[in-house]
Amino acid sequence: MNNILLCGVGGQGTVLASKLIAFAAMERGDSVRTSETIGMSQRGGCVVSHVRAGKDINSPMLPKGSADMIIAFEPAEAVRNISYLKRGGTVIVNKKAVKPVTASLTGSSYDGSEALAYLSENVEKLVVIDGDEICAKCGSPKVLNIALLAAAAKTGALGMTLEELKNAIQKRIPEKFRELNLRAVELA
Amino acid sequence: MSERLLMGNEAIALGAIHAGVNVVSGYPGTPSTEILETVAKNNKEGSVYVEWSVNEKAALEVGAGAAYSGARSLVTMKQVGLNVASDPLMSLAYVGVKGGMVIVSADDPGPISSQTEQDTRHFAQFAKLPVFDPSSPEEAYQMIQDAFELSERYSTPVLFRPTTRVCHGCASVEVRDSFEPHKPEGFVKDSKRWVIFPRASYLNHCRIEKRDPALGDELSSYRFNTLTGSGRKGIATHGISYAYTCEALSSAEGAGEYKLLKISTPNPFPEKLALEFLQELDEVVCIEELDPVIERALTYIAGKYGLKVKISGKLDGTVAPAGENTVESVKDVLSKFLDIKFDQPEMPPLPELPVRPPVLCAGCPHRASFYAVKQATKGIKAVYSGDIGCYTLGNAMPLDMVDTCLCMGADVTIAQGIHRVEPDTVNFSFIGDSTFFASGITGVVNAVYNRTDIILIVLDNSTTAMTGHQPHPGTGVTMMGDVCAAVSIEKILEAVGCTYVKTVDPLDLAAAESAVREAMALTGVKAIIMKSPCIAVTKPAKRFAVDPEKCINCKKCIRELGCPAIVLTDGRPAIEPGLCYGCGICAQVCPVKAIGRED
Repeated sequence: MNNILLCGVGGQGTVLASKLIAFAAMERGDSVRTSETIGMSQRGGCVVSHVRAGKDINSPMLPKGSADMIIAFEPAEAVRNISYLKRGGTVIVNKKAVKPVTASLTGSSYDGSEALAYLSENVEKLVVIDGDEICAKCGSPKVLNIALLAAAAKTGALGMTLEELKNAIQKRIPEKFRELNLRAVELA
Repeated sequence: MSERLLMGNEAIALGAIHAGVNVVSGYPGTPSTEILETVAKNNKEGSVYVEWSVNEKAALEVGAGAAYSGARSLVTMKQVGLNVASDPLMSLAYVGVKGGMVIVSADDPGPISSQTEQDTRHFAQFAKLPVFDPSSPEEAYQMIQDAFELSERYSTPVLFRPTTRVCHGCASVEVRDSFEPHKPEGFVKDSKRWVIFPRASYLNHCRIEKRDPALGDELSSYRFNTLTGSGRKGIATHGISYAYTCEALSSAEGAGEYKLLKISTPNPFPEKLALEFLQELDEVVCIEELDPVIERALTYIAGKYGLKVKISGKLDGTVAPAGENTVESVKDVLSKFLDIKFDQPEMPPLPELPVRPPVLCAGCPHRASFYAVKQATKGIKAVYSGDIGCYTLGNAMPLDMVDTCLCMGADVTIAQGIHRVEPDTVNFSFIGDSTFFASGITGVVNAVYNRTDIILIVLDNSTTAMTGHQPHPGTGVTMMGDVCAAVSIEKILEAVGCTYVKTVDPLDLAAAESAVREAMALTGVKAIIMKSPCIAVTKPAKRFAVDPEKCINCKKCIRELGCPAIVLTDGRPAIEPGLCYGCGICAQVCPVKAIGRED
């Protein structure tokens, strides 16, 4: 069984990323269960997607300590969900912090550095991605999810190869966005 | 058959289509909304009639009329919507139907996006209706078809109660490739059957009380009510908690022997199956979400048959009384009950993490509306009654413009009650456009009729935003894809006798503020329609930016608006280009005109 947890802030594109992982798993002949955050928390709140692929899966949400990989679109969100990581699991994290509105109001100094330090201290298999740079090269802030998926696929622990990711993009993403997303895979 | 990755709500929709459903009605509400949307999406030939009704009561009555006429009808709503629809529901349970009728009421343990943690299984007991409780999308797809079949066979409406994690979880589901729409017979006049009268209700009540025990026995062998295992300990569960229980047990070693009972039809309760489960057990733990429905039923059955078995669950504190279950909470219960240990990696304590409460989007016109009213009422004693929708988020700092929120439509009437006690307070009521149509109009008529003094602010963003942008009577489009005449909120307000009705664009802060001042100078029921579309259904305007040369770093834009696009960069306000929608409110608030539109 393959357990993947994606987390970030509402609007970052976690849902599409989880759909692509699920699609690739089904193409391989696996059964899939996923669970998404929908509703009020989408408005700038924390969002989490659970994706499980394999045989005989019961719960659509991962049990804690079972994630083969956490793909975090934001450093604090990686830390918030770290209890889902299994021993020896991999964390892919986008290094740019998303400051909550409350931070501007209260003058809180959250900038993600403390969260990244916690991760590098406590996660052996950690990959930090500069998502902004890849997005800038592609000319669109919308490809962050694909960039992170590509980086995740390269580690070999995602259960989805780069080729499978490209295939999922070909089959699941509308034609006008396909080239852009395939470019993000190459640049990641 | 083919395998598809389906969300629980999509599985329910496809299951209903494959059961030949003819008429589908509903009102949006998380976690139920995608059911009706999926039916509409899969209705290319238009063989199914689909509508977003004005509210849940209307939806249920439309569905009932269709079922009286022999059609198969599906009605969808969230659990609090069933409260709105409860008047027709209670009576319909007595009258019954001809075509199969399934009412989906999605519960929300947590609650994650709801006002209450009410349990539709209890509602089913109260209304004396059969209820199905699926534990996965696969099961939901099959079960909704069973529900139509049972409804038709017993000529009774049937409730179908998924919970959030089933609604919003996806799974690989085997679905049929072809189906036949049901062929309705049409309405056959029979006033003894379709007109509710006290005498007929007495007879119908007798009939239902006789039917239910027999139906419970039939459901004891229903394919999704299952009993497995053996031993002297028993676990009884349902819905998504069943999935959590199986998940926990699959990772447990040395759990010994136990029986596992899954109840998918909690009303009428499958007593025969429950009795078989309870025989020779010493102890039972009930793992449920929301109310202890199974726990009470098992306790009753144990008493009825004089069984010596200890039954625990929510009632004795073994299981948490409120909130949703998780694999972890179930593991906690099972580790004590079965005396087993679960392996769990420990992580060092976490650093302090930013809190992310949901907020109004950058560019949301509601922010402007709240701000305009706030500015116009500075120094005036005022109470702001709010309602259900995105604009409930107007309660957050720094806007702090929602003093009350109860249920759909209550802003208008709560304001009237406060006014009766505090006549010298200016009472504002804020209502969204979809909520206005759903249940606001009667409240306005009540205000006019009873000569009260309130100011109604209709936040008209031309959509049902919170649930994902469904059309409503004011939008001029239907779920069948037709363009229709939009119902005018302004004309309704004028027609019922409001003393002041004005439509303004809240993004023009000065005009909006001046309308509020005008309204405050008058008596009676005054209404201002603050009309500006939701940013999610319009293209962004040109972005704004802070000119660092002109900015005096007073931070007024941050302190007063709480817009997610305005951030502090190196201690100074800056606008995140990726987030700004160009509403321009910040530029109007800036005292030194340091914020301007980018070229």
